Amino acid sequence: MRQINPDVVAAYPITPATEIVQIFASYVADGLVDTEFVPVESEHSAMSACIGSAAAGGRVMTGTSSQGLALMAEMVFIAAGLRLPIVMADVNRTISSPINIHCDHSDTMMIKDSGWIQIFSENAQEGYDNMIQAVRIAEKALVPVIVTTDGFIISHGMERIEILDDAEVKNFVGTYKPENYLLNFDRKITVGAIDLTDYYFEHKRQQIEAMKDSKSIISEVGAEFGKKYGRSYGLLDAYKLDDADIAIVALGSTAGTAKVCVDNMRSKGIKAGLLKPRVFRPFPKDEIADVLKNIKAIAVMDRSDSMNAAEGPLCLEIKAALYDKGVKNILLNYVYGLGGREIGLGDLEKVYNDLAEAVKGKAKDKINYLGVRE
Amino acid sequence: MAAEKQEKPGWKKLTKCDLIIGGGTAKEFKTGGWRSKRPVLIPGKCINCLTCWMYCPDSAIIVKDGKVVGYNYDHCKGCGICWNECPVKGKAIEMVSEKEAKAKEKK
Repeated sequence: MRQINPDVVAAYPITPATEIVQIFASYVADGLVDTEFVPVESEHSAMSACIGSAAAGGRVMTGTSSQGLALMAEMVFIAAGLRLPIVMADVNRTISSPINIHCDHSDTMMIKDSGWIQIFSENAQEGYDNMIQAVRIAEKALVPVIVTTDGFIISHGMERIEILDDAEVKNFVGTYKPENYLLNFDRKITVGAIDLTDYYFEHKRQQIEAMKDSKSIISEVGAEFGKKYGRSYGLLDAYKLDDADIAIVALGSTAGTAKVCVDNMRSKGIKAGLLKPRVFRPFPKDEIADVLKNIKAIAVMDRSDSMNAAEGPLCLEIKAALYDKGVKNILLNYVYGLGGREIGLGDLEKVYNDLAEAVKGKAKDKINYLGVRE
Repeated sequence: MAAEKQEKPGWKKLTKCDLIIGGGTAKEFKTGGWRSKRPVLIPGKCINCLTCWMYCPDSAIIVKDGKVVGYNYDHCKGCGICWNECPVKGKAIEMVSEKEAKAKEKK
């Protein structure tokens, strides 16, 4: 965020995203950025200030987590509806109650239908790279972007990452030139006019189209980033999936653990693979179905539950994607890691073993709760 | 004052992002059709204090050379604030039923 040097940052501290706000505030105090920092009284105000600043024509960023995102939710939808390219760092933390500060994906999933692009990061390096790309994606698509990192696992873990030069980031994000903005007195506009039965649907249809179009923008920006700095990004990250018989699908940091597990399984002669959807919004429906269609048994890992007395959110959408392609492979759902419950190699190994047994014809539960005490 | 039926643009042609381009566009949005009663000036009673002009939420009081000359019925919603605020004894404004006023206009 220091290297991006946005015009405005409005944020309110919340564990485990506090350090984002705290450290950025010190950059402002030390004069390392030109940013107008707005220390607001709540997350609702934080997003409101972001919306006002973005509508005025600024490049705007914020950061939050969990309850903060919940309090912000009303304005999160408005930012997307007004098509303001705000970038948010969201540190995944569960939603109360019971009160808990640790990681799961309940907060991000809560606003999955808000109209924000959602990018999940596997580790600190991806979090860094994704934030830089998010600026470009948001401004091209006119869709706000959330970049998530798993609370504590990534946010409070120490990792070595490769940092780009300040000039490289400045060059990559470029100068923000909005087509329409409130402070342009030569071209006056009204933002957020009332839209009743006669226009609302058309504007929503435009928003839906923008989300569809964002897929190619995300891929282009990810490819350009790779060309310049050696780390390419797309909609998906498929790991040893081409010849795999069994595969896990997981978002965020769990994908990193799963890659190690895949290597362990492969050394035992088991053809295991991993699919990590990098973006959950837009949902890469066709792309996911294409890479999964030849996998005999798939386990979808959900770090949140939809409280629908059925599958978790990721599994439901993957099932829908496969249905349209006529794929009827074995598909198991594992809800895991709620409230920061640890997920280790042993847990994922158990999942791969379940899949291997399922391929051999052993009946398995469709929905499983991994790591919960019975 | 029913709004004229007109073809509205589809989503591909509509201005992006729910924006209205250009300033002062509220002028084109005629709200007079909402009115059930309209203010009518009683000639000779008005003292031109302009209290109604200050209070009118729709800037619908027409003033010329410091004198109230009438009302902009394209935008007056008929809220009656002008009538309520008029300090003249017995009021210099009369709130007339829209139906009656229209019938009179036809004659």
